[in-house]
This record gives sequence, C-alpha cells and structure tokens, in this order.
Amino acid sequence: MTAETATAPKHSPRDYKSDIKPVWCPGCGDYSVLGSITKAFSELNLDPENVAVISGIGCSSRIPAYTDCYGFHGVHGRSLPLATGLKVARPDMTVLVASGDGDGFSIGGNHFMHACRRNVDLTYVVMDNRVYGMTKGQASPTTEPDWDNALTPGGSGISPFRPLVIALAAGANFIARGFSGDQNGTARLLKEAIEHPGFSFVQILSPCVTFRPDQKEWKDEVHDAAVDPTDDLGRAARRLMTDDGFNTGVLYRGQREAYQPPIGEASASVSDLEGKFAL
Amino acid sequence: MSKLDINNKGEFLAHAHALEAEAAAQYADLAEQMDVHNNPEVADLFRKLAEIEGKHIGKIDDKAGGEAIPHIPPWEYKWEGGQSPEAPVEMEAHYMMTPHHALQMALKAEERAADFFQRIADHTTDDQVRALSAEMAEEEREHIQWLHEWLKKYPEPDQDWDEDMDPPMLQE
Amino acid sequence: MTQPSGKTKSLSLVLAGSGGSGVITAGNMLLAAAAKAGWYGLMTRSAGPQIRGGEAAALLRLSSEPVSAQPDRYDLIIALDWQNVQRFSDEMPIDAETVIIGDVSAAKNTPEFVTEGPAQRGDIDFKTMSKAIKGGRPNMIALGTIAALIGLPDDALDAALVASLSKRGEEAIAASRAGVEAGRAIAAEMPATPSLPAPEGEKTGRWLISGNEAAGLGAIRGGVRFVAAYPITPATEILEWMSPALTKIGGVLVQAEDELASINMAIGGSYGGVPALTATSGPGLALMTEAIGLAVASEVPVVIVDVMRGGPSTGIPTKSEQSDLNMALYALPGDAPHIVVAPNSISDCIFTTQWSVHLAEALQTPAIVLSDQALGQAKSVIAAPADIAFFAQRETAVTPAEGEVYQRYADTGSGVSPMAVPGTPGCTYTADGLEHNPRGTPSGAATDHNIQLDKRQRKLDSYDYGQHWAEQEGEGDTVVLTWGSCTGPVREALEHLAGTDHKTRMISLRLLMPAPKEQLIKALEGAKRLIVVEQTHSGQFMGYLRTNIDLPRDVEHYCIPGPLPIRPGDIEALVKEGTPS
Repeated sequence: MTAETATAPKHSPRDYKSDIKPVWCPGCGDYSVLGSITKAFSELNLDPENVAVISGIGCSSRIPAYTDCYGFHGVHGRSLPLATGLKVARPDMTVLVASGDGDGFSIGGNHFMHACRRNVDLTYVVMDNRVYGMTKGQASPTTEPDWDNALTPGGSGISPFRPLVIALAAGANFIARGFSGDQNGTARLLKEAIEHPGFSFVQILSPCVTFRPDQKEWKDEVHDAAVDPTDDLGRAARRLMTDDGFNTGVLYRGQREAYQPPIGEASASVSDLEGKFAL
Repeated sequence: MSKLDINNKGEFLAHAHALEAEAAAQYADLAEQMDVHNNPEVADLFRKLAEIEGKHIGKIDDKAGGEAIPHIPPWEYKWEGGQSPEAPVEMEAHYMMTPHHALQMALKAEERAADFFQRIADHTTDDQVRALSAEMAEEEREHIQWLHEWLKKYPEPDQDWDEDMDPPMLQE
Repeated sequence: MTQPSGKTKSLSLVLAGSGGSGVITAGNMLLAAAAKAGWYGLMTRSAGPQIRGGEAAALLRLSSEPVSAQPDRYDLIIALDWQNVQRFSDEMPIDAETVIIGDVSAAKNTPEFVTEGPAQRGDIDFKTMSKAIKGGRPNMIALGTIAALIGLPDDALDAALVASLSKRGEEAIAASRAGVEAGRAIAAEMPATPSLPAPEGEKTGRWLISGNEAAGLGAIRGGVRFVAAYPITPATEILEWMSPALTKIGGVLVQAEDELASINMAIGGSYGGVPALTATSGPGLALMTEAIGLAVASEVPVVIVDVMRGGPSTGIPTKSEQSDLNMALYALPGDAPHIVVAPNSISDCIFTTQWSVHLAEALQTPAIVLSDQALGQAKSVIAAPADIAFFAQRETAVTPAEGEVYQRYADTGSGVSPMAVPGTPGCTYTADGLEHNPRGTPSGAATDHNIQLDKRQRKLDSYDYGQHWAEQEGEGDTVVLTWGSCTGPVREALEHLAGTDHKTRMISLRLLMPAPKEQLIKALEGAKRLIVVEQTHSGQFMGYLRTNIDLPRDVEHYCIPGPLPIRPGDIEALVKEGTPS
C-alpha cells in the first residue's frame, strides 16, 4: 500500500482511549502497549462499541478501563473463559484479552492451554514482565530461577516455562512476540493477530520499571526474528524450543478453523422440545 | 541505518506530521502520568513541551498548502525505534524524575528528529522534499540549542534523586 | 398360590440385579408403561460404584394419583440375583406384606434382610427360563411377572417395550415379548401383591420427565440461550439434555475445562446480552463462588443450578442431601446479596428454574437454584405444566443524549440500572469486580462503596416476588416448615393427617435469598406448633430460619442427613407422636 492510497481510518487511536488516567508507574511498558493496541484498532477500522477488552487481575489487567470500548475487568486468572463466553455468545464482537505473566500463566495456566486448544477467535495479549507487579514483586512462571525476591529469597529455584511452546502444543493458531519498546512494530503484530482467525497469542515483553529495573537491558536484547511465520508445526516447535525469549515477530501462523458454534439459528421451537416429554 | 528514502512531498508531510503529532501526544501523556504520580513540576514541563509540539503540527499542516496529507499505517513509517523520533521514550520516565531528566529526554528526542530530517534531506531525489526536510532539520537544531539553554537552569541532580523511603504499595 | 389381592392407590416395587442384567432399562420401561396406561409414578435408581456391571436397583412407586414422595414401604422386590443387594437394604423398607421374589439359582446368596426378615417369599428360575427363549433376558421375564402381579395392562407394557427397543430391531422386540409372556405366566404361582385400579385409559396433558430435564426445560423456557458446561454427578443430565435442545432453538452450549471456566464463560456470555446458565453440584459450586461474587459486584445476570448431593467434600455423589444451603447463601466474599431459590418437586423444577432466569435478568444478579439428587435424577409422571409469563427481560441501555455520559451503575430508586449490550454505541463501559462509582470507574471511596452496597441490596429487597416465595398447603395450627425435596413427603403426610385430629399445614420456602421475612412471619401467624423438616446433619435450614425471624424456643426439628430419603410416614408419626416412626 503506498502512502497515497491508504485512506485515513474512521477513528484515530486516541478515540479508543478513555478519559481515565492510568496509574501505571511512569516507565512501565504497558503505556506503550496501550498505544499499540489503540493503533491496531484504528488501522482495523473497528468501531469502539464493537470491541471488547477483557482482563483478569494485575497491572496489565487494568487496561480495559483505559479504553473506550466495552470491557470486563474480571477475577484473577479467568480472563480467557470470560472472553470465550462473550465471543461465543456474540461472534460479531471483536474480543481482545489482556493479561500478565502471573494472571495468564500461573492461575490462568489451565485456561490458557484450553483456550489455545478450543481456538475461539480471540486475540490474547500477555504483557510479560517476569514478575507479579501488583502484589509487590514475586516470581512468576516466566521469572528466572535466581531472581531474588521476598517470597522466595535467592530466587524460586524453579525454571521458567516457555509460553509460546505451550501455546503451540495446545493448538494456538497464531503465535507472536512483541516488545513494548517498539510500539509500531507491536501494533502491526496486534493488527495481524486480530485479523487472523482462531486463537491468536501475542506475548509482549513489557518491562516493569519498579520491580525489574534490570529489564532496561531488554531494548538491547530483543531482535527481529526475521523469519517467515511458518505453519509447519514441527518447524515451529523447533523454532520456539530453541528461541532465546527475545525473538520478535510472527513466529507461527496456523490454518486451523476457528471454533464458533452457530448461535441464533433456530430449527425448532420450545414447544417442539416440550413435545418430547408428552405422553 | 537504511530505508530513509522519501521522495514525494505527500509522504514527507505525512511523516513530518506524524513525527510532531506523536511527540505532542506522548508529552501530553507523560504530563498526565506526572499528574497522577504527584510530580507537578515535571507535569507542567511536559505540558509545555506538548504545547510546543502542538504548534509545530500547525506549521507542518500549513506547508501542505491545503492538500490532504495521506494516511500511512503506523508501522510503515520509515523510522526506527518503533515510534516517532521526536517522541520522548516513555520507558525512560520515572515517577520522581526531575526537570533535568525531562529535558534530557526532550533533548535526545530533538537530536533524533534533527538527524532524521537531515538524512532525508541528504538522500532524497525530490527537490521539494530536500528543501522542506533541510528546513525542518534546521528548526530542530534550533530546538536543540534552546533546550541546552533551558537545561542550564536544571543541572544534573544529586545521586539520590530517586530515593523513596516508602516501599511500593500493594493494590489488588 | 395366588390369593385375592386388594386394590391400592399406590404400589411400590424394586427390581434389582447386577452384572449387566438391565434392571434400570426394565424399570424405565415399567414407568413408561404405567404412564401410558394412565397411572402416575416416580422412579429412582440406586447403584454400586462400578461404571458397568455393578449392582443396581430400580425403585418405583406407581399410583392412580400424582406421587411426589418415596414410599413408606415396598410391596414387591424382585431380584434377578442377590449380588451386593445388601447395599440397598436401608433404602427398601419391608414388612410382612412385602413379597420378595428371587432367582432360584441365587438362593444361597439371599441376603440376611430377606432371610431373617418378615416378607413373603417366592422363587423364579429367571436364568433357565431366559435361556429357553432365543435372545431371552431375565429382566424381561421379571417385567412380565411384575405386570401381571400389579395389573398393568398388556398393551401399555407392549408399547413401552417397542418404544424402548425399536432401535435394536425386530428380533430384540420379539425376544423381549416372549420373555414378558413367560414372566406373566409364572406370576400365577407367586404370592399375591396388591394391584392398582384399572386406569381409565390414557390421560392427556401429562409428561414423563426427570427433575434435571425439567430444570433444563425451565431454563430454556425462561430464555437461556447460552450454557457453559462442566460435568459433575448428579447434574450432568441437565447439561446433556440442554446441549442438543439449545442447538435446536438457536442457542449454544460450550464445554468448559473446569467449573472455574464454566461460570466465567456463562458470565461472559451474559455480559454479551445472552441469558446464560451453568449447572453443577456442591464441589463445583464451591469453585464457582469467586466468580459468582464477580457477577454480584459487576451486576451481571447468571443462573447457577446446584443439584445438591451428599456432602461434605466429595461426599456421596449419587445420593441426595440439602447441605449446600449455607454455601449458596453465605459463601461469596464480602456482602454479596444475590438470589437463591429452590424447587420443591420435579414439576416445580420447571417453574423455579424459569422464574430464576427472570429474576436474574430483571435484577441483574446471579440466581442459585438449589435442586437436589432426589429431584434431579428421579423421573416422574406429572401434569403438563402451565405456560407462565416469566422470561428474561433485562433492562438495557440506549445511546445517551449528546453530552451525557452513560452511568452503568447509576443509583436508581429501584436499584436496577440499565445495562448496555455490547455493540450499542455511546454506552461503552467496563464491568468490574472492583468497587466502583456510578459510572463504573473503580473507586474505594466510602460514599461510592455505600451507594453501591445499598443499591445491590435495595434492588433485591424492593422487588415484588408475589406469592411464589413459598408453597403453602393444608390447614391447621400445626405448621411444618420445609423446603426443596422434603416438600413431597411432607405434602403426603399432610394428606393422611387431613381427616384426623392432627390437621397440619405446610410452608415450603421457594425463595431463600433475599429471605422473605415478612411473608414468613405473616404466614406463621396462628401457629401453635412448629416443626422444621430438612435433610442436613447440622441443621442448616433451622439456622437460616433463626437468622431471619424470631422462632419460638420449642420448635421441633426433624433434621436427618442423606443418603436415605425422608418418608411420609416419618413426618406423620412426628406430628402425631412427637417422634418419627
């Protein structure tokens, strides 16, 4: 698309932001993620009332209130089933799910696997800062084993897992990684993720300025994966298992059909159902 | 750094406009962050910077001379770093930052912007673009000077500028 | 040698067997036949823990009038074999008039409660007889014997047989018919049992339905079109019945990975504007409490059916109890007013579930429907229920006027604030479990908390529930206070007491939360003697009553936990003598 032929979107990114001022610490990567999300919505020409942002509990989960779309700030770890119920009941809505590494991979771990498997048309954005920020700094499932903290002094001693590999094994249809320091690049990933049918998983490395100041280094560690997003499971598995955690881009793009059972098409009436009990 | 070929006026103005607009928006955003985090001095400073950038947008729109500025999807802008070169990098902010730090952020932003426009001017094949871009580069250099002056009023603070004796607060 | 038998209004029998003997299938056929013939009936099943091949018993009560309680005693027990039938002995009260027929070849396994008991005995060689028929099965022979003994018309049994076996083909039907014939023939050699009066022919306007099916139907009648499902005994049948039913009427069921997911999915679907439901039992409800609290705080309608089973914890999954009452009322974090209702019969599962959909939607709150295994997994012949006008009527929001900002949680007089359906322009809002201001923005301010707490309580308190808060029956200054599946046996006891010096009336609560205090106090006026009946160990219902109204000190309390059903005779004796029989 050349500069001359792109038409201006109906809504600017700002139109998707509410007037509620975020309470994230200045320096938090989530500010930029909000920018990426609203840019993606704008480029997709979505009307705010046809978008729903669903979240759990945590710093990243505060995001629905900062958007001017429909939203639900649910309970810890349960954003995915909340979003699944909404999307299956209302397939006309665009549903974006926002979570963090604690909410999404720890308490929400089971739902994560099954959401990938179920492959409902959702986009799942996990702002991964390798820490529980809201509760003042504990290790999460993606934290390094030797990261010292108050709850597990000296580090948890437990290795992190690889959420992208889990997503692949569980059946996610689109897997990407972004970095909050690249707002436009991440916006593009999100736009593609939303457009791609089925369950799209985007891990966004989003540094925590307060509890993980060491993550300032991330801007030097991330790098474009510079690969074609494969649809071959074996190739993707190898790519993701050998990935250093900092490759950005679309890493897997599958061909599964989205799970969307029909709703609203009646072939019988309630009295037909009742007739089965009649003697 | 590659990919800085901009060879038509419409595309150039689109970049220039977005460069300023995103900077203005980002400064306004930072001002709000400072409001929420009870740093009024820096909040006011960011607000002022936002206002200044806002005025620059107006000047660029004037240069369009009534022609519509084309829309470019954000990721197709020919700049690196994921956002407008003139926009401050939000992740460098800190709730206890001082005016010195804010002005340093602005200074780096202006330097990136000057460099951006200069490189366009150096590589473009279009005369109009070259003229506009060189002009913008020069303006950015003026801003850089002016920021240096402003910075004289706010020398680097002491080592413990970010010391907060209170621990973080549990919220949810 | 048969003797002339008497006619009886109600007849109860058990058909037991194990290892694939098909007694449940035979029991179902018997109930269907009785229903076709014009009788009423109630059937429950008991089984051992095996998935297949276990010991099983079909327990039936057949009657010329509607029946809603387990019998005080059994007239007839037929055992195809005696494997582990001892397991069921507590559930089959017998006396000297009971006829017990066992298989000849299993005679040496006859359990003690039979050999040491008072019942009349007979033996049939089911095994040998069935081998003499091509494709013959002992359960069909037993069916024929039962039919002859109780006076079940041939054509009704045949119709039920054909309906049940039609998928298996002509040969299976022929074999079963032959078995039934052989069974009929041998009945003449057995001790006589009472028989039911000849039915007046097929009555119209009657249904054969289980409590779980009834709950599912009630939900659909009420407008539920989205169900999230996670299987659990004894609620799974609700979900399995609803799944194809929803597809037919344009709804959808999604299977969830656990109860945490199913309740959240239901809330998500409801937030999207579609009336939603999930069904579970005690352990599942325990998992759901956090999300139910979310529905209270964010004011999202949702219906949760809890088919209660023996507790605590994993408890006794296949038996009934009323011991989830406390959890349904009090298990949500914080002050979280919501609706709790309880059906009082299999038929009432339709009404109460339908009503709960209406209440949840009108009041934008979760509604817990406390059914139980005794209702859920029992099948009964009922009068076809009337159409009632309770269905989902959510007050939705429209695009606000220019300059106005939509206030999702506005502090209205009724406490109900219009709820925007996603897709409606101009009323975007974020639903939140966090306490919030009228606009919906999170807020911890004292004023906002007080406003929202009052609002959520007021909307329930100021609603007019009409006369549905309870079923009141009978007359007398002795009052039995009860709820749920205890209602059936109490009702039957009242019928027996009606002509005596012990006239008694019943109040069976259907609405449990918000507690209908004023209505209850008024209904209790004039009561001279109060008896509370419930199926728990710790007296949860008594505790609930004492919490909400002033009860006199000398209230009598019949409080028996599961697994055994409460019987009408126990209530009758309690009223007459002060102790159960």
